[in-house]
Amino acid sequence: MADQVLDAKGLNCPLPILRAKKTLAGMPAGNTLEIVATDPGSIKDFEAFCRTTGHELVEQENDGKIFRFVIKKTG
Amino acid sequence: MSADGTKSMSIIVTKGTLDWAYPPFILSTTAAALGLNVTMFFTFYGLPLLLKQLDLQMSPLGNPAMKMPMAGMHMGMPNIMSMIPFVDAGATKMMENMMKKKGVASIAELRELAVESDVRMIACQMTMDLFEYSLDDMIGGIELGGAATYIEVATQSEINLFI
Repeated sequence: MADQVLDAKGLNCPLPILRAKKTLAGMPAGNTLEIVATDPGSIKDFEAFCRTTGHELVEQENDGKIFRFVIKKTG
Repeated sequence: MSADGTKSMSIIVTKGTLDWAYPPFILSTTAAALGLNVTMFFTFYGLPLLLKQLDLQMSPLGNPAMKMPMAGMHMGMPNIMSMIPFVDAGATKMMENMMKKKGVASIAELRELAVESDVRMIACQMTMDLFEYSLDDMIGGIELGGAATYIEVATQSEINLFI
């Protein structure tokens, strides 16, 4: 169970990333954020986001319509 | 690149129609979200993007690549249609409705996110004077600058874009 959940359903690029960034900024390091999105582009976007920011993409899954990501904030 | 290895990006923003407002703001906010230092330099028709009161329009005139999804197909509009009053306003409204329907951020929202993300926004002094805009017309937190200011930023940026 993630420490916090961000509902990004119905939002298109770049909003899921921008909202995630904002939410992560307010979280302590080590906490996890679960993001739920409907934007198919979010898969690649969140992978790139974690690669460049250093946050850890702990989990990701999708059923083709709903995309779930769990990101752990690194300090 | 800054001393701690942070990468930088600069964007020269020269266009101010509703459609062309998107690339600079999407790129700048996303780059900032990915940890880059971003500077946007607004000049010529990019200046209205800094106005407190945004009034962005769009026109299908001379835009053969603009084909809107309508009635199950992609349809363009012949140039001659732009002679008809309110066709541009109609195209603008159509675009705005499409954006809202598909959850695309508004320019106002993207701009606010850019300001919150500490994207450096510079308004070109020369074109401000040329088009007689005053700093009071613009949102807060922007700087005035000239070409040399921009070039200096660009020499220190890994990515420099002209939009």
